[in-house]
Amino acid sequence: MKRKSLIVGAAALALLATMAGCGTRGEASSAEEKILTIGVIAPLTGDLSPFGKGIQYGAQLAVDQANAAGGIAGYTLQLSPQDDQATPDVGKNAATLLAGDDTVIGVVGTMNSSVAQPVIPVLGAANIPMVSPANTSPALTKGDDLTNPTRPNVNFFRLCASDDKQGPFAAKYLYENLGIKTVATVHDKKVYGQGLVEQFSAAFEALGGTVVAAETINPDDKDYNTVITKLKAANPEAIYYGGEVPQAAPLSSQAKAAGLTVPLMGGDGLYDTNYMELAGAAAEGDLATSVGAPTETLTTAQEFRAAYEAAGFDSGWSAYGAYAYDSANVIIAAAKEALTEGTTPKDARPAIIEAIGKVNFTGATGSVSFDALGDNNYLVLTVYKAEGPAWVAVESGEA
Amino acid sequence: MDPTLFFEQVVNGLSLGSLYALIAVGYTVVYGIIQLINFAHGEIFMMGAFGALTVYLVLGSPTDLSIPMALCVLLPAMILGGMVLAAGTALIMERFAYRPLRGAPRLAPLISAIGVSVFLQEFMRLFYGRIPGFPDSKRGIAFPRIEGITGNNIDIGSVSIKMSSIFTIAALLICTAALWYYINRTKTGRAMVATSQDPDIARLMGIDVDAVIMRAFVVGAALAAIAGVAHGMYIGNIDFKMGFMAGLKAFTAAVLGGIGNINGALVGGLVLGMVEAFAAQLGPTAWKDVWAFVILILVLVFRPQGLVGAKVVNRA
Repeated sequence: MKRKSLIVGAAALALLATMAGCGTRGEASSAEEKILTIGVIAPLTGDLSPFGKGIQYGAQLAVDQANAAGGIAGYTLQLSPQDDQATPDVGKNAATLLAGDDTVIGVVGTMNSSVAQPVIPVLGAANIPMVSPANTSPALTKGDDLTNPTRPNVNFFRLCASDDKQGPFAAKYLYENLGIKTVATVHDKKVYGQGLVEQFSAAFEALGGTVVAAETINPDDKDYNTVITKLKAANPEAIYYGGEVPQAAPLSSQAKAAGLTVPLMGGDGLYDTNYMELAGAAAEGDLATSVGAPTETLTTAQEFRAAYEAAGFDSGWSAYGAYAYDSANVIIAAAKEALTEGTTPKDARPAIIEAIGKVNFTGATGSVSFDALGDNNYLVLTVYKAEGPAWVAVESGEA
Repeated sequence: MDPTLFFEQVVNGLSLGSLYALIAVGYTVVYGIIQLINFAHGEIFMMGAFGALTVYLVLGSPTDLSIPMALCVLLPAMILGGMVLAAGTALIMERFAYRPLRGAPRLAPLISAIGVSVFLQEFMRLFYGRIPGFPDSKRGIAFPRIEGITGNNIDIGSVSIKMSSIFTIAALLICTAALWYYINRTKTGRAMVATSQDPDIARLMGIDVDAVIMRAFVVGAALAAIAGVAHGMYIGNIDFKMGFMAGLKAFTAAVLGGIGNINGALVGGLVLGMVEAFAAQLGPTAWKDVWAFVILILVLVFRPQGLVGAKVVNRA
């Protein structure tokens, strides 16, 4: 009996200790172990999880390498991956959680621009920088008026090209390289999809092409046949789709099944092999632009690939893994500059934001440095074509 | 409107409407008997699709079957597997989530149904992919190709019709005939009608009401499973949350036709499918759901009992 109460008592104590640990993780643990946390906010479950896992593991690789190299100023780095389920509310909760942790020095994320919108101010209030491998909404760095850009968030930086670059790049490829003059556009009414299509259409018409049909789909629907019948009547030479794999793949397969056998082109939201798994043979010849140069062309990219494969993660790097790796390295490089022996991680945050603005190195995706708005100076885009089960790079260029 | 376009949209509308109708029957038979809006019925439809996929995977994912083999052996086996899983789930759900609440206020089983819906979605999301050799269910899964249906078209003049559309519409016709026979010509079917008219008197007549209720769930689940397979072939892929929106639309169809009335569910499903197809054709596609629900509201304002008429509207 006495023994039992001892065990119960010990268990209760242990529980209390863990709970206390949760509440004041910052002070308690950093004083002894000296930990720096890099947060990740990405869709780790759900339809977009192949992309989100790539982001998580890319950042994990950077953190592991920094720790193997001895950490930063006596601190050990750790990664705190948070699932945002591609949903703004959930992302905001994750941001609140990370903002309450005093060891956090920066966040890698998010994947969805719609999630970034509520996340950035929450992190900004705590002076935490966010470096995005994947947000492509122009408004995040340039504000709502693209002709007169003003930076809305000083704590936000991004490595990938925004939609105002990606859409026109796709338009140029279709019009100039493939000689396609008529295109039908479809988007999913989300921030990303709509932005991509607007920018694409403007550029395609400026080049002299015609947008013969502009339609939308409901991302919750799975039957797009009514839309496809409408597109077919407009007789386009290609379909440009603003959105992501879960809708793009059935759209492509249903279009081809209905006899609309023209290539479907989209942005980086299509650039995952899950697209071919879902669309099957219908995917053949479809096109996607994605951010960065193909990983074969840079030595730094090949090192990243080799290290990622050697680490044995359970999911591939997908579209954004290399960018997430670079994003984490941006935070790590800035922390090295800003963090000295005396300062706590929390106090160093404003200095880290300032240091991120000045980083300049060659990462897995090419050179990395930011302009006054927080956009990457070096923006490369690549057109990929679906061949069998893989995306094959066909055209690369600076945006 | 161009006739080719017109007929293609008719086929689109009929296919979509047939799917809605097959699912809507499940809402309406259950409502007709115990006045429960079974919000988890959309998930039963999802279970049907996953059941069919499971059979395919258990058979070793046969890819290079001849057309007769695929149509006469593989497809029936998959439909049967879907029905077994869907009906099994429906029976467990009825026994543990609804029967204990049978005498409770109307809201209690409704909340229970929403709970079951969330449970089933999350269960499939987290559990299915953990079975060795099964695909990750956290995202979309490509539905197996059925030779002779997937990717095949029939051209009638300039109108090209997908085999999967024909399968879906044919499934509705066959199921309607079978259902009519079951309800009107079999003893158990007539017991179902009697129970829906007055459960207390039916019990006095020696009808086992619990058994009738279970049969109602099984009938609904079987039709939903067929819809699940048709959806898989028609859309090309399935996922754990496919039942939510489809269930909502099917429920709308059931109300449109007159809830509690089987003919109403069939009419309501087809009308909803056609309205969506032509709303998308005639205006911007973004507005199709707006028109679908405008029609629903108008029908409910001017014909509260639905297009065909609800059988139990006095007790609803």
